[in-house]
This record gives sequence, C-alpha cells and structure tokens, in this order.
Amino acid sequence: MLKLEARAEPSGAWTYASPLLALGLTVIVGVLMFTALGKDPLRGLEMFFWLPIKSGYPWGELLVKATPLLIIALGLAVCFRSNVWNIGAEGQYIIGAIAATGVALLADGQSSRWLVLAVMLAGVVGGMAWAGITALLRDRFNANEILVSLMLVYVAVQVLSYLVGGPWKDPMGFNFPQSKNFEAVARIPRLFDGSRVSIGVLLATAGVVGLWVFLFRTRTGFSLQVGGLAPAAARYAGFSSRRALWAALLISGGAAGLAGALEVAGPIGQLTPYVPAGYGFAAIIVAYVGRLHPIGMVLSAILMSMFYIGGEMAQSRLGLTKSLTGVFQGLLLFSLLACDTLVNYRLIWRKG
Amino acid sequence: MESYALLLAATLNAGTVLAIASLGLLINEKVGIVNLGAEGMMLCAAIAGFATVVSTGSDWLGFAAGMAVGAALAAVFGLLVIWLNTNQYATGLALTLFGTGFSAFVGTGFVQAKIPERSSFAVPYLSDIPLVGPALFRHHPLVYLTVVLALLLIFFMYRTRSGLIMRSVGESPESAHALGYPVRRIRLLAVVAGGALCGLAGAYISVIYTPLWVEGMVAGKGWIALALTTFATWRPARVLLGAYLFGGVTMLQFHLQGIGVDVPSQFLSMLPYIATIVVLALISRNPQWIRVNMPASIGKPFYPGA
Repeated sequence: MLKLEARAEPSGAWTYASPLLALGLTVIVGVLMFTALGKDPLRGLEMFFWLPIKSGYPWGELLVKATPLLIIALGLAVCFRSNVWNIGAEGQYIIGAIAATGVALLADGQSSRWLVLAVMLAGVVGGMAWAGITALLRDRFNANEILVSLMLVYVAVQVLSYLVGGPWKDPMGFNFPQSKNFEAVARIPRLFDGSRVSIGVLLATAGVVGLWVFLFRTRTGFSLQVGGLAPAAARYAGFSSRRALWAALLISGGAAGLAGALEVAGPIGQLTPYVPAGYGFAAIIVAYVGRLHPIGMVLSAILMSMFYIGGEMAQSRLGLTKSLTGVFQGLLLFSLLACDTLVNYRLIWRKG
Repeated sequence: MESYALLLAATLNAGTVLAIASLGLLINEKVGIVNLGAEGMMLCAAIAGFATVVSTGSDWLGFAAGMAVGAALAAVFGLLVIWLNTNQYATGLALTLFGTGFSAFVGTGFVQAKIPERSSFAVPYLSDIPLVGPALFRHHPLVYLTVVLALLLIFFMYRTRSGLIMRSVGESPESAHALGYPVRRIRLLAVVAGGALCGLAGAYISVIYTPLWVEGMVAGKGWIALALTTFATWRPARVLLGAYLFGGVTMLQFHLQGIGVDVPSQFLSMLPYIATIVVLALISRNPQWIRVNMPASIGKPFYPGA
C-alpha cells in the first residue's frame, strides 16, 4: 500500500519542484480536455503557453494583466502568512475602483496632473475600508472572515451596478451602464508610448521589494507570521493577534483597492460593470503558487496572466469560451495542493 | 393576503435550495471537514442537472446527475484533504474556482436551451384550501422530501450508533482512531454524502427553482449555505429553520419591488448577503456558545500515526 511518511523537515527540492510538477499536471489535464472536446490540443496549448510570450505586443499585455494580480497577491500573502483568510479581495478591488472613480470624476480640463495620486490613494482607502468591515466583524464579533469577506464581494458588485446604472451613469453614453471616460489628468500615466503598460508595474515592483523587507527584515512582519503559525507562542512573546488581524486585512485590502484604482483609471479608463475580472480570486492562486514569497509570486502572476490571455485567445481564435481561464486556474491550484504533499511527506510503498 | 401566500410559497422554494446544501455541509462539518467548494460543486451540478433534463426530459434523472457530479467532485476534494493532508480551506477554494470556470465552460452550449413546460405540482385536496393551499401545498415533491431528509438526519445523528460514531470522529478523530474506527474512510463517506446533497441543491436550482442555465447562477447560495451551519450551531432542525428564514430574505426583495417600495433594486439584491453577514456576526458574538456546539476537530487534518 502506498503510504505517506512525514519528513523530518520539509524537502527543499520539492518546495521548488512542486509548482513545476503541478503546472505539468495542469497541462496534461488541459490536453485531455481539449482532446475530449475534439479540439487540437497542441493548438490549445499554443494559445495558453506560447502565443502570450511569442511576439512583442503580447509581452506588454502580459504585464498589464500580471500587475493587478501581483499587487493583490502581495497583500494576500501577508494575510495568508498570518493565517487570516481574506478571500474577498475581489470585493476590495471593486470598492477600490469605485473610490478611485469617485475622485477621477471630479477632474476637469484644468485639474492638476497630481490628481492621479489622489485617484490611487482613494483606491487604497476604499479597499482598506471594505476589508476593515471584515476585520471589525472578526475582531468585535468573532465572525468568520472567510464568509464575511466573500459575502462583501456580492455586496460590492451590487454597489458597482447601482453606481454605473444610476448616479454615475454617463448621460452621453447611449444608456449603457457605465461612467463617462476619465479626463486625461485622472488616468494612470503610461510607462512607454504605444503600450498599455502603466506605472502600476513600478508600484508592483516596489511592492515586491517592500514585502520582502517587511516579511523578512522587520519585527512586525516576523510577529505577524508567528501569530499565524503558532498563536500561543505569539501571545507568550507579547505579539497581539488582534493587531495582526487588522494589519493583515488592511494591508491586503489596501493592495486590492490600489489594484482596482490602477485598473479602472489605467487600461479601462471608465467605471463599467466589467471592471471585476476575477483578479481578486485569481490572486489567491497567484499567492499560493508563488509560495507566498515575493519573488515566487512575480513568476506565478506572469503565469496566471498567461492563462488570462490564453483564455481570450482561445475564445477569439478557437471559438472556445474565456471561462477556460478559470478551469486552468482551478486545476493549477488543485494540482499544486496535491503536489505540495511531497514537500512535507515522503511517499513510501509498504506491504499490508 | 394573496401576495403573502405567494411570498410564503416562494420562501419555501428558495429555502429548500439552501436547506439541502446546508444539510450536506452540516454532515461534512460534523466529521470535522469544511468544504468551501460548495459553490463550485453546486454550479457543476446545476449545469449537469440542466443538461440532463434538456436531453432526457426527466427531472429525477437531472437530480441524479447533479448528485453524481457533486459526489464526484467532493470525492476528489476528500481524497486531497483526507489522504494527502492538504489545507481544507485552500482545497475547497480551488474546487470553487475550478467549478465556476468549468460549469461556465461546459454550459456555453446550454445558455439558450429550454426545459419543456411541466405541469404544476399539487398535493391532492390540501392544495385547494384557500391561501394555505397555494402557500404550502403546491410545491415540487423535493420541498417536502427536504423536511423528511432533515428529520432522517436528526434520527441518524442522535439516535443511531453510526451517527454517534460519525459525531465522535468530528469531536475527536484521535480517540475514534484509537477505538479502531476507520476515521479517514468515515470522513470521506461524509464528504461524498455532503457533496451529493450540494449537487442535489445545485440541480434543483437549474431544474426547478429557475429552470434555465446562466453562468454563475448559484450566486453565492453555496456560501450562504456554509454560513447557515454556523448560524444553526450545527443542528439539523435549526439548519432547516435558518434556510427558510434566508429563503424569505431572498424573496423579500421581489416582494418589496412588487408592492412598489422605492429603493434601487441593487440595494434589495444585497439583502441576503448583508443578512448573512449580520446574522453571522450576531451568532458568533458569543465565542463560548460557538465553542460548545462546534465539532471540535473542524478544519483540522487528521493523519493516523503522524
């Protein structure tokens, strides 16, 4: 019989090999799925794993989609490392986008270029406030943060739908439920002409460095993680679990809100019902596949971005649906969790 | 008065979805497993059930298909969580993400499909009573079977030896293991049974409740069902009660719109979610109360000999 035997310490090799093995498994299942649908599996895989990195233009697109994923995931890593289960980043992202829109719509032709800072700041504050509700209910009422943060996603979607269909609807918009286009001064500056890549990439990079320093070089970062791993030990050492809860939720909420602001005032440029693209959920996978490590998450954010572009290409070129992206994302997380068993356990064959 | 009878009828209908799923999740949690994949299982079961009814015309085959899909997905989840010791929350989340994408992917061909009009249901004689009849006795048989299911579950959990063993696995897997019970097999069985019930609830949504297929049509009912087990402090009778209560909140929005309450529809659509949050906060406020009722090993892995 196949048995698991606990390793004395986690296997270093498998820590790195497991995400690759998981990716391999995802590809295999993907091939089976394409074959079952009567589509050429090679063409299918090409959409997901080759075209997104082939020519010059999609490279920029890869970064455009990887940026919000990475920013949200960086925040979530703080949460998950401190064992706070914020799975409502999607809602915090939406409210961040809404708050940013609120500021962006104030702009007119004479507004200063610095207004864009206020737009981004509004996004951060919006996301923090939304996550703060979860923190408050967990702290004061002991309400399960998984369910509360998730329920708030549905509430945020309704708030968005109300705003774009009512108060913020563009009067010149042919009755489409969307806000007017933001003034140029309220738009996130682009990094180069002719590419949709914005300065969000720089913020994400700064976030990677910042998170690394915070997690591995500061006392607060250390105490957060101890609180997550060993609450009793943390209490003994005088680290407050309440502070950890608030810090984790506010940081991740702020990050998700910032991502929402960068997206709505960046590539999209107006508030529409299509602002939520599932980045908040995909970022959970980014965080896990990247091992909650800043550098790892850079790689997994790019991978997840490939899945997004692959889904779009499979839709436009193979006539499949974009939802394939979600299928691959789910499969990847599934396989990763299964493969991660090998980090802590050895597979052994024992009779009986 | 007539409109209140209809509101009550709609409440029972909506509550049934939540009750079936939540009873399934209760079985999971009683053995110590939280399955955050409920939403994903329900979505996959919804499309499976709908597709089956479209091609065979039989509601009951549709329910069976939904249950089979729910059970199969739950089995994968169970193997990962119970045998490979993966994190329950992350694995459940993976299941929901996968299920959401997969159901949308498989369902594209069924977006326009229609289920043939079926005759309405009525309990003979009782359904003719004015007001009470339309409110209580013109439902799909599954509405009544759900109540029976809850009663059976109460009997099983608190009056049979197997039920006692099941609960002991949830309270202390170590002791149950020491007594020689196959803890992991019992847990897997409960997870699969719970998945089948979530599947049934999903199929009920797409076959009876709103007979059509739309991407993401479960719309958070899986998550509300998860919250209901806490709300009910893990008691089947209270799950049933809570499900009808939340069914009522879901239906209230349409009723309020019907009687012309001048509030944007989006705010009414928020009601079930906000109600869930409020109720969750109120119930959880007393940690003692939760701790006493909650299965002790909930969310914790158990690996014999580890």
